[in-house]
Amino acid sequence: MREVYVAGIGITSFTRLEYPLVEIAAYPAMMALQDSGLKKVDHVFVANMASGRINHQTGLASAVVDNLSLTPAGAETIENGPASGASAIKAGFMAVASGLHDVVLVTGAERLREVNNLDATDAVATLTHPLAEYIYGVTLPSLAGMFTRLYMKKYGVTSRHLAMVAVKNHDNAMLNPFAHIHQKITLEGIIDSPEAMTNNPMVADPIRFFDCCPVSDGAACLILTTKEVAQKSGHPLVRLAGVGQATDTHAVHDREDPTELLAVRGAAAQAFKMAGVKPSDVDVAELHDAFTILEIVESEEVGFFKKGEGHLALERGETRLGGRIPINTSGGLKAKGHPVGATGVGQAHEIVQQLRGEAGKRQVKDAKTGFTCNFGGFGNNVVCLTFVREG
Amino acid sequence: MQHFSMKYPNIERKSPMSIDLEKILRPVDSPMPLYPPKYMTLASGETMVVRQVGREEIPQILPHVEPLIHVERDFYNIVAARVYAELLGYYCHRVQDEYVLVAQVNGELAAVVNGRMVSKDVGMSYHTLALKRGERIGAHAFAAKMEYHMDILGQKEVLIVAESPIGFRRWMIEYKLEKRFEIPHELGGPPSWALTRELFDAARDTLLVGRRPVPEAALAKAKAGILPPIDPPTPAADFLAATRSQYDSTGTALLPPGKTAQKPKRSE
Repeated sequence: MREVYVAGIGITSFTRLEYPLVEIAAYPAMMALQDSGLKKVDHVFVANMASGRINHQTGLASAVVDNLSLTPAGAETIENGPASGASAIKAGFMAVASGLHDVVLVTGAERLREVNNLDATDAVATLTHPLAEYIYGVTLPSLAGMFTRLYMKKYGVTSRHLAMVAVKNHDNAMLNPFAHIHQKITLEGIIDSPEAMTNNPMVADPIRFFDCCPVSDGAACLILTTKEVAQKSGHPLVRLAGVGQATDTHAVHDREDPTELLAVRGAAAQAFKMAGVKPSDVDVAELHDAFTILEIVESEEVGFFKKGEGHLALERGETRLGGRIPINTSGGLKAKGHPVGATGVGQAHEIVQQLRGEAGKRQVKDAKTGFTCNFGGFGNNVVCLTFVREG
Repeated sequence: MQHFSMKYPNIERKSPMSIDLEKILRPVDSPMPLYPPKYMTLASGETMVVRQVGREEIPQILPHVEPLIHVERDFYNIVAARVYAELLGYYCHRVQDEYVLVAQVNGELAAVVNGRMVSKDVGMSYHTLALKRGERIGAHAFAAKMEYHMDILGQKEVLIVAESPIGFRRWMIEYKLEKRFEIPHELGGPPSWALTRELFDAARDTLLVGRRPVPEAALAKAKAGILPPIDPPTPAADFLAATRSQYDSTGTALLPPGKTAQKPKRSE
């Protein structure tokens, strides 16, 4: 296998974007092409989850490659629920690593805010089991609520821990100009004060408003290529060193212990093994915190902390900027935003920025190894990536 | 204040003939008890004070409302224009039984809400204008307004309409308002919705917040002056402006390198 490098990156603000989805997808691609100095690519992968349902547009890759004047490059849309972004990166990785293509453009894009929040939530809920979950009204927030309640009972996680994740990630997002939510929150305001329960109302017990990510539009792009091509970009060399993917039962209740996110564990182990690094080597990570509980649990499952101790590390400040292993320096899905199909590419964008030393005020000092966890379904299809800075 | 007085002459200083006419033009206000100020902690941890303002403070508010008339986003333009007119109407005694509450964070104007007492039993909610977005500031201010109608004025119901989807979600859905479609609302005549005492009591525990009395220092700061909002709503940024300039006139395809966008020719 050939080694695979990141030659260029681009991103839109994650927010409400009132533009055609194709333009949203094309914008970061143009930025990435400019960033890489490349004008042509061999193949385009477009990550998207819901365009057919929400934007009434299928065959998105064909539209994007034409819009970018990149024809006759091959183009495919990759749909893997909220893990579409990392899946598309994985497809790009395989294309370059196998020698099939030399330069691959991976852009993830989503425009969810074309519809109201209820319709967007429903669109995402279609990834649940149609007969065992969806028809009974299950949504992702409701699954997260049940999961959180179990986790609290088993490991002693409290609402305060969840709020600490939210506060940390909102703080990080304040330093990220592309983040959806630029709003400082405090424990006093969302947990402690007499007004906190109105400021932070219940969504799906025990999940509250500030435990949930926003519904975002947005797009992000990576250009993957060989070492020879990447070296010409003039950027510090960032290698996509490890790729891992694992699945779990479609319906959450089919799992022997629903508090064990086995797909996260498996995907992370693969991504670390391929890269030849250990969880303790990671300097900065982007974990899929669509709900605050997920950051805590994923930080355990990928191996940063022992099972059931993620919330204790959070208490100690180990996951903050300046901590032992800063998590979600971008603001995470919680505050940077969650344009589902674009999220995995957005996570990778943040890690590449960190490894290049281009993350500005949220820069993790001397970051050399970065990690992403893109969580599809409710943990039934997970893709993890390990990035390493060379030189 | 001086600047404002020049723009809007003090009606008390008009000629005797004007004063005679003024007796006809000016509605006679009913006695209305004052809204007792309260305070609350926002999600940010900041303290927000909600209090009633009299006519003498309106000149301090208007300059902060006027810029929002030009914000074509989330219906800020129409709401700000109407609030401006209603505040002016209150200041100039051209609306009967109107009241105005303001929400302030560190003295800065965060929200303006207003309404009117139609009768002893019925209130008319006018507007809720949040000058600081997020943190449920508008929702807290609206709840205070409903509290004024229900708990202070002792009314049986308040007639409400929404001019934006955000307002509809906050009022009609969160309070589960009843339809009073047979009653045209004073804001342009659309069908009214009603908050009844029963609905307000049902929402009281979850939607109505605030503590009394307001600490002296916080109240003094709020009354010392209504400061401009630091981060008022602005028109939506055109995030893709740079890219769009590289599209053809149809906006659907990128132009070849080196070409610039041409305006479409006008058909003769």
